[in-house]
Amino acid sequence: MAAAFRDERAQVVATLIRLTGDWDLAEECAQDAFAAALETWRRDGVPRRPGAWLTMVARNRALDRLRREAVGAAKLQEVIVMRRSEGAPEPDFADDSGIEDDRLRLVFTCCHPALALEARVALTLRTLAGLTTGEIARAFLVPEATMAQRIVRAKRKIRNAGIPFRIPPAHLLPERVTGVLAVVYLLFNEGYSATEGADLVRTGLCAEAIRLGRSLADLMPDEPEALGLLALMLLHDARSAGRTEDGELVTMEHQDRTRWDAAQIEEAEALVERALRRGRPGPYQIQAAIAACHATASTWDDTDWPQIAALYGELARVAPSPVVELNRAVAIGMAEGPAAGLARLAETEGALKDSHLLHATRAEFLRSLGREAEADAAFAQALALVANDQERRHLERRRTNRSM
Amino acid sequence: MLVCVPVEETGDDADFGPYLAAARGHVTGTTRLRPASEATTVRAEGGEVLLSDGPYAETREVIAGVDLVEAPDLDAAIALASLHPAVLGGGAIEIRPVWK
Repeated sequence: MAAAFRDERAQVVATLIRLTGDWDLAEECAQDAFAAALETWRRDGVPRRPGAWLTMVARNRALDRLRREAVGAAKLQEVIVMRRSEGAPEPDFADDSGIEDDRLRLVFTCCHPALALEARVALTLRTLAGLTTGEIARAFLVPEATMAQRIVRAKRKIRNAGIPFRIPPAHLLPERVTGVLAVVYLLFNEGYSATEGADLVRTGLCAEAIRLGRSLADLMPDEPEALGLLALMLLHDARSAGRTEDGELVTMEHQDRTRWDAAQIEEAEALVERALRRGRPGPYQIQAAIAACHATASTWDDTDWPQIAALYGELARVAPSPVVELNRAVAIGMAEGPAAGLARLAETEGALKDSHLLHATRAEFLRSLGREAEADAAFAQALALVANDQERRHLERRRTNRSM
Repeated sequence: MLVCVPVEETGDDADFGPYLAAARGHVTGTTRLRPASEATTVRAEGGEVLLSDGPYAETREVIAGVDLVEAPDLDAAIALASLHPAVLGGGAIEIRPVWK
């Protein structure tokens, strides 16, 4: 029943927001409806359509509240009209299409670009994923009062600045979809970058992001990038068990591939293919295709490096960034040899001269070429720039352990 | 006149008495803006409209004008602002809701 609740919650809240325009009222009434469900369903069994049941109870509750408080005459009017138009005391909810759209409306409103990015993230977790403010605060390492304030402020801005509760019109849709996907991917990365046991709350963000990614793929079936993002997250997540050993970071090259989640990789592969068949490749689809190449290779050396290098070339075209260029250089180095990789790297150095990754990559290429002194100097540069402790230890091991 | 208040000041308990008495016949239009935390700033770069949460904080530019706009929602106000020469010319429009 708890699982059913979580799945239905966003839907109920979204519909209530559309009907009342009041986010707090919507959340409170959804909460009340779930409390009522606990009692009634235990006695009478789970209704045939739990979502419709919950929405109806929450809506009636909202109506009662608005009546009792006798505020917001306009809001009240709207709810009454809604109710009357259905006629029967037990509304049928025959038309699910409008209600399904409510969740998508909520997605776009939570991720509206006029809200600060951190507010979009918080609101998405609170309202769509149903996390408590305390859980979100712990995941982002801020005091609960700070997070509560952030959410209150975001809701206030939505109301007072007139951020519309709707699916954006066609001319705004592409950029807004990109914005929504970016929020979900940011959530995933927040979780993914936390690998220690003490960071369990943060790693839970990966599961939340994947859940949201599944919702988005359902809600936007014609958007190949939504499929691409879901596939990408599934692929990263499938490999997560192999990423650390005894609390230490293990690079993909040395990971035990039997610890990867084969079923999840297969699911993601099918998603990538489905997305790419649409013929509208985008950054998430390309990254997912790259991740799929890695995930399906039996060993590091058996990996289809020429294909990965070509995909990074494509990614550099649609979403150029220094990090993409760096990864492209690594792939070229693997496909064509360290000299080619080093040459490619030299072309991108400027933008990344303060990144430890650049120097670490250069160090590896130099070592492969037997230029030990230069390799050691490059490792020293990388160590001077690295911030994360796990990565530092990894670099130190690489620097001293030449045979590894 | 541009009305400026300390950041934390809501103005709810301000005494407008003497001001209003003197202003009679002189003030021809007035509006009270909602707090800066509800502002949205619109800029453009390379043909792309950039939004940010909060007020326009640059000090290199100055306020050059104020338009009172009736818009159905924030997206409509943003669409209008993104056509303004100030935005297209490297400046910005700060959209502020008003008290109703």
